[in-house]
Amino acid sequence: MYQDDFVRRLDTKGGDRRHNPFHIDITLLMILLVLCTVGLFVLYSASEQSLFYVKRQATFMLAGFSGMLIVAQFPVRFWERWATFFYGMALLALLAVLAFGVEAKGATRWLNLGFTRFQPSEIAKIAVPMMVSAYLGRHYIPPTFKHVVGALLMVGIPALMIVKQPDLGTAILVFTSGFFVLFLAGLRKRYLIGSFLGGLATAPILWLYVMRDYQKQRVLTLLSPEDDKFGAGWNIIQSTTAIGSGGFTGKGWTQGTQSQLNFLPESHTDFIIAVLAEEFGLIGVTILCVLYLIFIGQCMIIALNAQSQFGRLMAGSIGLTFFIYMFVNMCMVSGLLPVVGVPLPLISYGGSSIVTLFFGFGIIMAISSEPKHIRTRP
Amino acid sequence: MLKDVAISDPQKERKVFALRLVIAYVGLLALTSIILFRYFDLQIIRHQDYVTNSNKNRIHIRSVAPVRGLIYDRHGQLIADNRPTFTLNIIADSAKNVGQLLATLGSLVTISERDLSRFEKRAKRGKPFESIPLKYNLTEQERAILAVNSHLLSGAEVSAQLMRFYPREDLFAHVIGYMGRIDEREIKTIDADDYRGTDFIGKIGLEKFYEKSLLGTVGTKQVETNARGRVMRVLGKKGAVPGDNLSLYIDSRLQKIALDALQGERGALVAMDVKTGGILSMVSAPSYDSNLFTSGISQKQYDKLLNSPDRPLFNRALRGQYPPGSTIKPLFGLIGLHNNIFDLDYAINDPGYFFMEGIKRPWRDHNSEQGGHGKGVDLAKAIIESCDVFFYTVGVKTGIDLLSEQSAKFGLGQVTGIDLPGERRGIMPSRDWKKTHRHQDWFDGDTINTSIGQGFMLTTPLQLAVMSARIASRGKLVKPRLVKAINGETVSPAPDAEKINIDNRHWDYIHEAMTDVVHSARGTGRGINKNLTYKIAGKTGTAQVISINEEEEYDSSKIDKRKWDHALFIAFAPADDPAIAIGLIVENGEHGSLTAAPIARKVIDAYLSDLDRQNQQAANLATPQLLAAQAEIN
Repeated sequence: MYQDDFVRRLDTKGGDRRHNPFHIDITLLMILLVLCTVGLFVLYSASEQSLFYVKRQATFMLAGFSGMLIVAQFPVRFWERWATFFYGMALLALLAVLAFGVEAKGATRWLNLGFTRFQPSEIAKIAVPMMVSAYLGRHYIPPTFKHVVGALLMVGIPALMIVKQPDLGTAILVFTSGFFVLFLAGLRKRYLIGSFLGGLATAPILWLYVMRDYQKQRVLTLLSPEDDKFGAGWNIIQSTTAIGSGGFTGKGWTQGTQSQLNFLPESHTDFIIAVLAEEFGLIGVTILCVLYLIFIGQCMIIALNAQSQFGRLMAGSIGLTFFIYMFVNMCMVSGLLPVVGVPLPLISYGGSSIVTLFFGFGIIMAISSEPKHIRTRP
Repeated sequence: MLKDVAISDPQKERKVFALRLVIAYVGLLALTSIILFRYFDLQIIRHQDYVTNSNKNRIHIRSVAPVRGLIYDRHGQLIADNRPTFTLNIIADSAKNVGQLLATLGSLVTISERDLSRFEKRAKRGKPFESIPLKYNLTEQERAILAVNSHLLSGAEVSAQLMRFYPREDLFAHVIGYMGRIDEREIKTIDADDYRGTDFIGKIGLEKFYEKSLLGTVGTKQVETNARGRVMRVLGKKGAVPGDNLSLYIDSRLQKIALDALQGERGALVAMDVKTGGILSMVSAPSYDSNLFTSGISQKQYDKLLNSPDRPLFNRALRGQYPPGSTIKPLFGLIGLHNNIFDLDYAINDPGYFFMEGIKRPWRDHNSEQGGHGKGVDLAKAIIESCDVFFYTVGVKTGIDLLSEQSAKFGLGQVTGIDLPGERRGIMPSRDWKKTHRHQDWFDGDTINTSIGQGFMLTTPLQLAVMSARIASRGKLVKPRLVKAINGETVSPAPDAEKINIDNRHWDYIHEAMTDVVHSARGTGRGINKNLTYKIAGKTGTAQVISINEEEEYDSSKIDKRKWDHALFIAFAPADDPAIAIGLIVENGEHGSLTAAPIARKVIDAYLSDLDRQNQQAANLATPQLLAAQAEIN
């Protein structure tokens, strides 16, 4: 009885099922709603003021919210236990893609299931940090050399498979999501420095043996977009022009000439931040960044309050990966990074990324509503 | 194994995690500030540059083609018009696959090899999203076909523009000339800015001579375009100024009569208003349809025109150089009289040939049966019957220097200064001329040949008309001119105070002799005096073909006919108060009296009857007004 009371007292602070029957963190939900609304408005303008994409995106978002609610109902331990299974499935799916994936636009990223097509790399975005979190959550911290190597293999194998497709953007996201888990789990400084140096050392190898010509071209284009004005440089010239001409306050919603007159390519998908920057100016960009930071901050608060190491690592990793999405996208559109095909989370049009993101948020919701108790282990 | 069992220290785990999380969040804030700094750099610091770039992207200056000036005849009849035509253009950057698009278009409408090669040449120097013409002059049916299939033809568009149209087709071809596409050579000489609105330029004739006036001023339109080059809206506009309208002295009716009269012949006729120098009619036969060139003539059609032995493209009136033959006689007679080489009583005996000292071969008289014109041939008789021997005799007496120098005042051997490009100057030979061009000294035999308008001497039909007009006006320096008014404002011909000063007695004498050419019983032009209600003064002429000096080679199968003499005629009328002067040639027409003179009469008849009718109308109009005025006074 005593123990029950103690647990209950601790629970009142967090997500007791009686007080939080739907396992929803209200703060996170509110920011999500705000971001989604902003996203739909920008998308309307970016898609030449047609409702076609807006309606589809809204549908994806509704599906995402429902998925998030469902995922949130599963106890955190469920995900921890089944992590290996999901990870295995993800690896199998990635193998399947390499073996008999569907090719589109020069890359093989899709699996055709007959009734629908899906991108296994999207599963990997969740499955990899989940696996690493579960793996490291079981062990001492900081992780020993053996565990570090194990974790790196868990991250590296799917990441390389995705690079092979080739889909550099997703590979980066998968790799960082796994690496963040390691980092949060207390990876020793020497390993951090070592991996940093290792990264530097492998860069030339990547350039020479791994990266495709078109990927190298993107890096070169980043350095001097004017070299190929109407070819590879076109996108980045047009997007920086859109951003720069937006100025401080922007040209006004649906008034961006770069986006409305079709000068900006991929304006409703990867380059949508340029539309926002052109029409809402630096103010708009800053507000969006603040919204993202608040959102990530809330994820981190949830992570800090998580009841298990798995929950902590998982929530932290998802929050930080979300930041990587935003960072890579905003940098590539503004010409700071090569164009690698990372969408702007919750704003860019696209079903796959929405579903994956909301799946991740579902897990965070689940973590946020975990019963608070002191874990004791035999 | 035991180590691996998850006995963790929650406190420590939490602490390490919290620390790492804080580090991560700080790093994340730092990275965000990099992003924000980048956007600050683009949006604030370099804002103006990008505003400029974005405006350059979307705002374009489009040219607005000015409407080309119209050309009217003296009665306000439209003879050069502009008509809307439709052009098929390709915007290569908007097409997914240009080759395939061209193939599709080729299956819908006929696209010639020439269209294709021209398009490819233009496409090479095209700007992004520039629309490049593929096929001009779409028919209504072609436009309908293209419109119906437009969904297959992304990157192709049909545009409308005004194109030159000549309603009278071949009637004015050698006066107005034609328009054509600006070629590589012309691009270098024109100011490209003036031609931003059009691909066409006057190639020849009035279209070329008055190109600057007719062209107008190009307008500009500031438009906003999307990335595919489609105009979304017009931001600003500066209208084009239409070209000047030209009114000519030419009378379409007269022109038609002249061209019809020369139907089936090769020849040229120039009729001038003696008072003003205005060209009343100017034809060169055969003619061609000017519209062929405007709408893009096919190679086959062009070759046909170019290689025709009748040379329809050759403007005989302006550029055909023929020996004037006997038509020169009144002028040379006048020069002799004026310079007192001989007087009005001077007469010779004509045995039918002429010997020059030191030369064994005699000069024959072409215009008489064996035996010559007989005794007592004076200047009048020599003109009326066209006696060569008289002119041989006085020619040698006058000498080439006087003949050459004073003929120049009548326009021979020099350009007349008509408002058309490409005029030939003919040849009025002189000692200097022979030295320069033949590298030989002049000898009297040359003077003898020249004295009957043969030898080196060459004139254009236009020069003959000018000479005729100057004789008719008793020495007024009448200058030929086609354009009477620009935009309704009369172009006042430069007043020529100067006059060829010749005794009126001599003028009377020559005018009378020329009148007798037509009206006397022995006159060489008597064939046309039937039922004349007024008097025509004229002079027939026959020119030997051998001398013809155009860089042409006669078709050998027709060599006989083509070796026939050219028939010439100059005339003015009415003889007592000249209104119209004519110069005319019919190639291989043999005798001026038979072929050329009747044509001149038709034209003069038509002009004078018109003039009468107009005077009548003017009188009729004046009368009621006068009556009204008188009534008012009373």
